[in-house]
Amino acid sequence: MLEIRNLHVTVGEAGIEILKGINLKVGRGEVHAIMGPNGSGKSTLARTLAGHPDSNVTQGEILYEGKNLIGMEPDQRAREGVFMAFQYPVEIPGISTAYFLRAALNAVRTQRGLEELDAVEFLGLLKEKMKIVEMDPGLLNRPVNEGFSGGEKKRNEILQMAVLEPKLAILDETDSGLDIDALKVVAAGVNRLKSPDRSIVLVTHYQRLLNYITPDFVHILLEGRIVKSGKKELALELEAKGYDWLKGEVHV
Amino acid sequence: MFEIDPCREAFRTLEKREASKVPPELVSLRRTAFSRFTELGFPTPREEEWKYTNVSPLLKHQFKFSIEQPANGLTAEEIHSFRLSGLAGAQLVFVNGLFSPKLSHTGELPSGVKAASLSEALIHDPGLVRPELARTAPYGRNGFTALNTAFIHDGAFIHLSRGSGCEKPIHLVFITQTPSGPLISQPRNLIVLEAGSRAAVIESYYFLDGKAYLTNAVTEIVLKEDASLDYYKVQREDARNGFHVATTGVRQDRNSRFFSFSISLGAKLEREDLNVLLGAEGSECTLNGLYLVSDGQHIDHHTVIDHLKPQGTSHQLYKGILKGKSHAVFNGKVFVREDARKSDAEQVNKNLLLSDEAGVDTKPQLEISNDDVKCTHGAAVGQLDEDALFYLKSRGLDDENSRDLLTHGFAADVINRARIDAVRMELDRELWAWLQNDHLAGETK
Repeated sequence: MLEIRNLHVTVGEAGIEILKGINLKVGRGEVHAIMGPNGSGKSTLARTLAGHPDSNVTQGEILYEGKNLIGMEPDQRAREGVFMAFQYPVEIPGISTAYFLRAALNAVRTQRGLEELDAVEFLGLLKEKMKIVEMDPGLLNRPVNEGFSGGEKKRNEILQMAVLEPKLAILDETDSGLDIDALKVVAAGVNRLKSPDRSIVLVTHYQRLLNYITPDFVHILLEGRIVKSGKKELALELEAKGYDWLKGEVHV
Repeated sequence: MFEIDPCREAFRTLEKREASKVPPELVSLRRTAFSRFTELGFPTPREEEWKYTNVSPLLKHQFKFSIEQPANGLTAEEIHSFRLSGLAGAQLVFVNGLFSPKLSHTGELPSGVKAASLSEALIHDPGLVRPELARTAPYGRNGFTALNTAFIHDGAFIHLSRGSGCEKPIHLVFITQTPSGPLISQPRNLIVLEAGSRAAVIESYYFLDGKAYLTNAVTEIVLKEDASLDYYKVQREDARNGFHVATTGVRQDRNSRFFSFSISLGAKLEREDLNVLLGAEGSECTLNGLYLVSDGQHIDHHTVIDHLKPQGTSHQLYKGILKGKSHAVFNGKVFVREDARKSDAEQVNKNLLLSDEAGVDTKPQLEISNDDVKCTHGAAVGQLDEDALFYLKSRGLDDENSRDLLTHGFAADVINRARIDAVRMELDRELWAWLQNDHLAGETK
């Protein structure tokens, strides 16, 4: 599904190198967790996969279903089935959530050779999908994320994932800013969206999220490199010992 | 050149032609106004109020005055596209500023409601017209207003008697046709709502052919105690050859409500002055505006809201979107006078630049002479938010579509303030079409 080879990325005009040679393979239907402290490059990795214009790939390859994502516009990636749930979902004034979701879904459906859905068909589909994240239907007529609480914004991200049905979903710190009840709802939503055809990459600082979504593999990112990979038990070990435990691994 | 001399000649022709028909008060009003016009001339950027709007491009044309109906009359079919679908009320049509009975229909207006041509009203209803004419749009300081006043002969007259109401919006349609060369038309409108009456009026400006022309319009609005008016102005003049200068003067009495929406879609150069006098306690005005400015256009909105008495409320939201090499000006003054305790004034102007070559001069001004008031104002000029753009694109929407959606989203709150469905829907369509146009133009480059 996804193969990252020796990925180097600089960010911003200053050109500071944040990712310093990432190698990662994600198989179809697998759930991978990428853990790391603040500043380790987790979010940069997520944003690079989504095609954020501030991320400059200076070296390496990102192969998704055999295609190189580097140089591909973010919208094209999305239509090919790549999805990123934002750590900080953006507020979009003047565009209702329902309108936005339908426009996005139809863009994706067109790419997949499916017919566009009209407003009525879409509403039917949306009602089903909203159950997955227990989202308040009143939010659909409000502008995207505008005035949404932190929890509502994160639910809205997972709702978008449910509607767009990506093949590769990258969840960037979806647990941050959520209280335990909201976290359970969001995690349950993600679990319902697991499928043999869908790979999920969870980017997170804390092990907490992994109590609810069980990863197949865990990778630890430190200073722009993956320093350790393992099974789900690695997350527990990390929780017990802290990131300092791995500091020595960085320059190996 | 369009100078004072040809204006004088036209003025003499008008006087001669109407010598016997016009009441003496009007003759003397016109003369005073014309003499004031000759003193003022046309404004130059040396004047503070015209600093950012240079009218010299329009003065290059030899405009003929439109005093008589053009010979080749229009048919209802030719102007059909200027109807707003879904509007069922009275429609008064003016060609080159002159009333066209053939193209107009007033249907059955509710009792107490008059919608007619000003030239007829001057003859049939002098008692209603004369006390209000030229009282709300002073001509002492603005050459264009003085010129319009000197040539008062036609336009719309709307009058609602005490307590009357008109549910359906009255649509005033002004069309400029220039079969025989550059032309100036000067509609003069007077809208009077007596105590407790309510109405909605749409004033629209369109054009038919491609020669240079100038619309120099003046609209006076008088709202008596407890009266309520929704007033929409739609300016859709020729973006290549149309010049539009307009002054709207509003005078509000106790507890009256004025709701306005100014929509600027066309004109090579537009200057819009909207002056509202909250002249008595508890009066309230809401001024909305949206201007879409394309390559080669210059749109200037000057507004003045004058809180004269206690407990007045004013809310203003003007938004502009600019593309290509274009320019917009917003100058909004709010005065809160010494006596205007408990005034509530809010003013916002926001501009979105879609091109590096577009420019905006925005200047909101507050002048407060009373401590016991609540006043806020703000202005912004910006570009599309890159984070928002990435967010939309990351969901599969292509660049063009994402930009259009964000641009539309920028204008949505002001569009949604339009309370007449037909206007709101039309405006929505216009905005999408305006965005699409850009892409078509881009593709042919």
